[in-house]
Amino acid sequence: MASTGILIETENNAVKETSLGVMTAAAGQNIIALVTDADPAGLKDKLAEYGAAKIVKLTAAGKDVSASPDLAALALAAAVEKYSLTALLGTASTTGKDLFARLAAIMDQPMVSDCVALDIAAKTAKKSHFSGKTFATLKVDAQVFLATVRPNAIEAKASAGAGEIEAFSADVADPGLVTIKEVKKGDAGKIDLTEAPVIVTGGRAIKAAENYKMLEECAAKIGAAVGASRAAVDAGYAPHSMQVGQTGKTVSPRLYIACGVSGAVQHFAGMKTSKVIVAINEDKDAPIFAKCDYGIVGDIFDVVPVLTEKL
Amino acid sequence: MKICVCVKHVPDTAATIKIDGDAGFKDSEIKFVVNPYDEYGVEEAVKLKEKNGGEVVIVTVGKKEAAATIRSALAMGADRAILVTTDSQFLDATLTAKALKSAMEKDGLPDVIFTGKGSVDTESFQTQYRLAHFLGIPVVNEVSTLSVDGKKAVAELEVGGGDKQVIEMGLPCVIGATKGLNEPRYPKFPDIMKAKKKKIDEMALADLGIDASAPGVTLEKLEPVPERTGAKMIEGSVDEQVTELIRILREDEKVL
Repeated sequence: MASTGILIETENNAVKETSLGVMTAAAGQNIIALVTDADPAGLKDKLAEYGAAKIVKLTAAGKDVSASPDLAALALAAAVEKYSLTALLGTASTTGKDLFARLAAIMDQPMVSDCVALDIAAKTAKKSHFSGKTFATLKVDAQVFLATVRPNAIEAKASAGAGEIEAFSADVADPGLVTIKEVKKGDAGKIDLTEAPVIVTGGRAIKAAENYKMLEECAAKIGAAVGASRAAVDAGYAPHSMQVGQTGKTVSPRLYIACGVSGAVQHFAGMKTSKVIVAINEDKDAPIFAKCDYGIVGDIFDVVPVLTEKL
Repeated sequence: MKICVCVKHVPDTAATIKIDGDAGFKDSEIKFVVNPYDEYGVEEAVKLKEKNGGEVVIVTVGKKEAAATIRSALAMGADRAILVTTDSQFLDATLTAKALKSAMEKDGLPDVIFTGKGSVDTESFQTQYRLAHFLGIPVVNEVSTLSVDGKKAVAELEVGGGDKQVIEMGLPCVIGATKGLNEPRYPKFPDIMKAKKKKIDEMALADLGIDASAPGVTLEKLEPVPERTGAKMIEGSVDEQVTELIRILREDEKVL
């Protein structure tokens, strides 16, 4: 049986929910989970439950691969060879996208970024084209099928695997092209926007940066991340790191609650593959009501506090 | 200092994409523009030139019609351009990177190469990495702050969860630009007129010895993303609306 590698992402020594969806994309394959940033023993139960036949702790010459992105990519390329992988999948997170692009260049293999569906046996992948306006089905002519999967796009389904743990130290060295000088920590404990299962977004109608507190309180009740529209970012109410849409982040949560967002085509480019979209807007003619699932016409400063209270 | 900026000719993000056949779209009816992320690269390159002197060269792989898009980039202050022509809007990223590399080698390698963090048409987010790998030089993507001196570049980029990395690399290097790096300028009328006289060197993919007959990735099908047809509006008092919304999300949709 052909083996497919999955690059597992972790947080606080637990498997990220998004990685389980990526494993589900490889259902039916001999799944080899590659772990670089956590102790595999603590992940074993979860990874076995979602189909990992093997769990490999991957290091570069016995050391952590995170010293440089090029080193991590070289270590992954070595793992592809060692385990004769015919496919390697990861999450289209900020780091996942960067790493797989480096890996694809090193291996000189095609790579499909940010897939919403894929068929490993047929080597086809479906992904967004034209800022979320169309889906493209791509056929990949590759020895090793490399792809990243849009977070939350594929629902995780359990499927038992043996989950045998082993270690692989790749014989690779950092080419020294780039040096990480510093990591500036953002707000600790903040849920990553691109990977959040639920997102509450504030648009121009939020009127001031301090009013995001109202959305944060609502988000905290349901484990959601808080986003912003371009209009809100351009008005200086929120940093660009919170922007959803064209020139911001692409997200695909199971629930997206847009508060005071008008619904420009560029905003939809970043969130239209969400499972359920709810809009709350004072303007009954706002374009967002034509393209969402549920709408409430009302002032966000009236509606959101009630929502927070009742959740 | 010589700076190259890779610019892609893409449909305006506000344009409606009409699908034509299985995997084509009607490109004659819509407006094409400089890929929005590439604009940050052009602006940064022109600012570097204004500070340190040198030359900014736009390098595009695209259809012949891309010349009009290149003029917009030249109007922002770039000096000249190279257009490698292909018939396809969807040229495989590996082939595009090979074409960019060959065109730059032929012209003389730059000290800094800018690209956008990705293109808004194919959204494949990898051409800059392949270009850097072919040239054997460093690459950093999604750069929102940059400083370049004679020998090195220091870039800041978001790495998820609001964390930022500060990365140092030697020159030459490839920088993938994103929003926040700068505010791209709007060319003034005299700049637009001047851009009309700037030189665009045109060559075909085959002139660079690139065989596009066996791409690694082929577009098989293009289909519209299903649009929602309009919301179910929830009526009543705020209290009633919110209660009904929560009920729907919990019981009907099961997303809470």
